[in-house]
Amino acid sequence: MSKSDVALIAHLMRRAGFGATLTELDEYVKKGYENVVEDLVDIERCPPIDEDLLDRYFGGSEGGYRATWMYRMINSPRPLEEKMALFWHHVFATGIGKNQHILASALQIDMFRRVGLSNMREILLELSKDPAMIFWLDNNENRKGEPNENYGRELLELFSMGVGNYSEDDIKDCSRAFTGWTFAQPPPLYPQGYYPAHFVFIEEEHDDGEKTFLGQTGNLNGDDIIDIIVQQPACAGFISRHLYNFFVADEPQVPSWNVTPPQDPDAIETLSNAFLESDGNMRHVLKTLLNSDFFKAARFKKVKSPTELVTGIVKLVGTYQKPEPGMAKYPGATALMGQELLNPPTVEGWHTGKEWIDGGTLTERINFSVGELSDPSKPGIEQIISRLKADGSPLSPNEFVDKCLELAGPLEVGETTRESLVQFAASQGDLNIESDDAAEENNARVVRMLQLIVASREYQFA
Amino acid sequence: MAVSKKDPVLVVVELKGGNDFMNTIIPYTAGIYYDSRPVVGLKAEEVLPLNDTLAWNPNAEPLKDMYDQGDVAIVQGIGYPDSSRSHFRAMDVWHTCEPIEIGNEGWVGRVIRELDPKGENVLTGVSFGKGLPRALALSGVPATSVDNLDTYGLMTDIEADPQRLQALEIFKEMYSPTIGTSFVMDYLSQTGLDVIKGSDELKKAPAMYTSEVEYESNPIAKSLRDVARVHLADLGTRVFYTQHGGYDHHANEVPAHPKLLRELTGAIRDFFKDLRDHNASDEVVMLVFSEFGRRIRDNASGTDHGTGGGAFIIGDHVQGGLYAEYPSLDPARWANGEDLEHTIDFRGVYGTVLEQWMGLDPVPIVDGAFEQIAPFGSR
Repeated sequence: MSKSDVALIAHLMRRAGFGATLTELDEYVKKGYENVVEDLVDIERCPPIDEDLLDRYFGGSEGGYRATWMYRMINSPRPLEEKMALFWHHVFATGIGKNQHILASALQIDMFRRVGLSNMREILLELSKDPAMIFWLDNNENRKGEPNENYGRELLELFSMGVGNYSEDDIKDCSRAFTGWTFAQPPPLYPQGYYPAHFVFIEEEHDDGEKTFLGQTGNLNGDDIIDIIVQQPACAGFISRHLYNFFVADEPQVPSWNVTPPQDPDAIETLSNAFLESDGNMRHVLKTLLNSDFFKAARFKKVKSPTELVTGIVKLVGTYQKPEPGMAKYPGATALMGQELLNPPTVEGWHTGKEWIDGGTLTERINFSVGELSDPSKPGIEQIISRLKADGSPLSPNEFVDKCLELAGPLEVGETTRESLVQFAASQGDLNIESDDAAEENNARVVRMLQLIVASREYQFA
Repeated sequence: MAVSKKDPVLVVVELKGGNDFMNTIIPYTAGIYYDSRPVVGLKAEEVLPLNDTLAWNPNAEPLKDMYDQGDVAIVQGIGYPDSSRSHFRAMDVWHTCEPIEIGNEGWVGRVIRELDPKGENVLTGVSFGKGLPRALALSGVPATSVDNLDTYGLMTDIEADPQRLQALEIFKEMYSPTIGTSFVMDYLSQTGLDVIKGSDELKKAPAMYTSEVEYESNPIAKSLRDVARVHLADLGTRVFYTQHGGYDHHANEVPAHPKLLRELTGAIRDFFKDLRDHNASDEVVMLVFSEFGRRIRDNASGTDHGTGGGAFIIGDHVQGGLYAEYPSLDPARWANGEDLEHTIDFRGVYGTVLEQWMGLDPVPIVDGAFEQIAPFGSR
């Protein structure tokens, strides 16, 4: 296997998954890039994760659910299934702060996992019937004669097409079409505990009158609206840009999309065409994306989200490959870095790219990463040390730095970073890694080098 | 504006979870208080009257003492229209001053931008606690978030001192701006170096500080001691922000709320004593608030989320007393049929402090002109 194969597969796994251990990377490289893409997208080719075990370890509390999800990200044999659930969570941002009902929020994520790789029609239909979403955007108060336009507006503005592609009248009639789409109230929390709410369509609350939506007139219901939406080139373009922003390279924040053109219009067109020719089939669009040259060329063009940073670090140090107590600290860490899972700040979702970074969040990112890398007995670090040993010693400062960068990524860094690291390595001379007498000292040197690497600017990028 | 030797400083204390204002400043002569609160209500003989109708919770005695000395303004009925009972939403509203739309810009972030438009001092706004509250979050405006002042900084998990110092030196080199890299890379450089600069500055504070005041051992006392240490180190911080958690007393309010009030008010007393001992108490005003008050009727163990609450403005320059009106106890005038109705908008209270103490135009910060109170009357 060549170094460039490894770098490309590592890139694929950072984007379509949550990183890869050295052992996993070896396996993926052997399989070959296109085959790995098939495995990622056609999830049935890989077994699902053992769910019973997860329930037993992490339980159903709010923290427990976040821990379970993060465990899945790190360990699922179907990483893209989790990555797409996270993608839709970004786009269809629903905050638990309003419902304060962990089960409803958890079931929404389960729904994203279930239909996230199907087609856009199905996805929007499930979304419109999802109790957490209905409550979040007040569709339970959207009734015949007294429409509440919150969901109708956001469905068009933030979930499918973006501003500029419909009129205020379209919003009104779209909202009327979703009247009566609500949920049956579950029993109260105390003392029964959490029960799921489920979707109901209340005939009497539904407005049966004539509506006109994007030029089509009739007694439209919510599903008709969705049928019309998914045929719009605007929908194809909007979802394509979201996919590009999430999987390929950072775009500006969503509200500016109607005025700022995409950085790579050809890529968006390629994705839009894939969307339109497949009736919004996500698998087809994702295969097109992951096999494209623009994707392969986009290494380190995206600031890692806190979730990507934390899961990537855990993959790097190789811990939590089986359920163990203590998992909850990881979603706790992403929250301090500005991404509390299940609780995006607004319906607009998290601001991404550069906006993940401020003095506080950068401190959290670096201190978390450095802290996780402080123990040479963690399996991932042990493996890095043994690979360094296998390369023979002594390692010159240049070799030491380059090999560590390769094993911790492979990570591409600028000259400033590399020179600083080499200078650091040189301050302690060549590394005689095979020497058993100095094992402790050597391990400490490797740990320190890895800590500086994960603290670098470049490591903040995926 | 105050005639003060130094720039005015604001300390914001956020009580998280919804402080039970009705059990903090108690309408002790109103029958309806006792009827509504058979479990969590305090007895008339326990409370510390401040006039014919209102009394302090006895656990807030340190604040009562400061009130008696004329240093505490009690803002009696603070809130906003159509108050949200969700903690997160309500806190968002307080943090962003956006009760209808969902806002992204923190009001303290806007204050920092006004005070230091070029972002020259990364310590203009400092928050103590875990994570940066949204109140301080504003794109492009540096704000420093300190969890533990004594260990604040980067790569704190590297324990041994020479190693850590060397690592920090390498870090600075790795983050030095490089020509020809991307805008985001440059921004990362700037942010990373700002953090280093901030922590280098903040490091000075614990070393310079000596005090005879012994703060108690609890989170709010620790935070306020940190505020005192940084303020007294004279690092140019103009807004401090800190939080005191645990006020969400749906259940077991009777043992829990008094403990929090004792911790909070004791810490405030110690903080101002500390400043006074250092001749600095006239430089600081403190605003204490919570995202909402609690329901008038108790639920047999605690109280559920309500609307109108209370706030305190504290400091040497404050003219102590009661401000705004205590919410009506007449059931016909309860909000939602069960809540205290606010009598002043929180944005007017922010505005009061910003305009009358900090000397800033509050309109762009709180997004509008709101009725103010006059707790700095004599100045």
